[in-house]
Amino acid sequence: MCGIVGLFLKDPKLEPRLGELLTDMLITMTDRGPDSAGIAIYGGAKDGLGKITIQSATPDADFKNLDGDMHDAIGQPVTMKIKSTHAVLEVPLDQIDAARSALSHLRPGVKVMSAGDSIEIFKEVGLPKDVAARFDVARMKGTHGIGHTRMATESAVTTMGAHPFSTGPDQCLVHNGSLSNHNGLRRELIRKGMTFETQNDTEVAAAYVSQKLKEGEDLGTALESGLDDLDGFYTFVVGTKNGFGVVRDPIACKPAVMAETDEYVAFGSEYRALVNLPGIENARVWEPEPATVYFWER
Amino acid sequence: MQSFDLGKEGLRALNSALHALKGQTNMTDWEVINPKGAHAIAAGVDAPVNITVHGSTGYYCAGMNKHATIRIKGSAGPGVAENMMSGTVIIDGNASQYAGATGRGGLLVIKGNASSRCGVSMKGIDIVVHGSIGHMSAFMAQSGNLVVLGDAGDALGDSLYEARLFVRGSVKSLGADCIEKEMRPEHLALLADLLKRGEADGKAKPEEFKRYGSARKLYNFNIDNASSY
Repeated sequence: MCGIVGLFLKDPKLEPRLGELLTDMLITMTDRGPDSAGIAIYGGAKDGLGKITIQSATPDADFKNLDGDMHDAIGQPVTMKIKSTHAVLEVPLDQIDAARSALSHLRPGVKVMSAGDSIEIFKEVGLPKDVAARFDVARMKGTHGIGHTRMATESAVTTMGAHPFSTGPDQCLVHNGSLSNHNGLRRELIRKGMTFETQNDTEVAAAYVSQKLKEGEDLGTALESGLDDLDGFYTFVVGTKNGFGVVRDPIACKPAVMAETDEYVAFGSEYRALVNLPGIENARVWEPEPATVYFWER
Repeated sequence: MQSFDLGKEGLRALNSALHALKGQTNMTDWEVINPKGAHAIAAGVDAPVNITVHGSTGYYCAGMNKHATIRIKGSAGPGVAENMMSGTVIIDGNASQYAGATGRGGLLVIKGNASSRCGVSMKGIDIVVHGSIGHMSAFMAQSGNLVVLGDAGDALGDSLYEARLFVRGSVKSLGADCIEKEMRPEHLALLADLLKRGEADGKAKPEEFKRYGSARKLYNFNIDNASSY
């Protein structure tokens, strides 16, 4: 199973409500996967600044004075917002790589959830309602976001095994299904320089898309390539800084419903995830076709 | 008219009330409001009553239906009218995957489109789709009739047994052992009746359809067909 929700706002008036709408959608999908939940939100990009979302199993120790230590390491201003087991570090955009490298020395136990201009990812083991409350997702603003609630099949129930997976700047991917050729693909991607945190199949799909984007493909083309190279069952929802994409495998067993109005494009594993969205009564509601790439960019 | 607010009273209360109806009853007309995509709405009904659902439904609405007439004023999620035994289910909007799967009898009418695997393993149900159907529809269909006013997707009728498939538009591809067959007078008469009962007689004429059925080559194991099984 697994439940996916996604929301890409066209009308800036809804941006203050992004977190609230996504939280409601994700909680509705709880019984599709109670193991872990996560959410990626794109918003709050500031000129010249980048964000790194980090996670620690021992946040009290790891996050203590991390902003000061990071400032000393990269010689640039650093701000840190702590949210439970996660924290968002804001550093100059051109210092993201330097900061990530410093982090691995300063706090070896800390994991990077995401990095980029506007992406923040929060994910943990537990029910969507508890994960959303822990990170106060309902009060987050943004332009688009993706949520996932997991019923684990392919790897352990851990924080790092939760979705969304982010394997490139401002990129994320969530998955309902399972891949059968992920071990071979992972080896190929490692040879091309990608790194992996887990044994999870979805992380391979995320890294596959990131590698294609790195090679210069746009999101749509990268997802088209995936139809040839990824074997298994999947409905993927993918986020980039400006875009939001959806693709289903050719057999299309894994459910997907989309709705579009002048204000938004929404995705749900089931229609009931969409029923409380504003204006849903008059939305165009459809099921994405198998082996067909859909994407929206602003 | 019995009116039931699913948002307030909940699914179990609705289905318990419907399951309590046995044989002839005075409470013949029901409406369900605020379905909001909930699962298993009016599944397992076994009484000759009319049920109208005002809105879209989730998985398995009207599953195993016997005797009831159930109308969905919206779209239906996966597995609508799955294993229906008798009665009628009418969907004003679209239906998700495997609509009418394994259905043994009765009539399923979909006014919009149906997605993949419509009528998979059907065993006597009649299905009338006013729009188009997705891939792998009528896979291993054993008996009954599938009528499609629009187009059919890939692999229509794969490994078909004795169900009859009537498609007015294009068929993207036929599945293994499914072939086009001659339309004889008895098929035109059957279609005319199905279109009428499927509320589609004003939309299409029997002569506009093609009939597809089993070539009966895969019924028994034959080593020469090994690649088609």
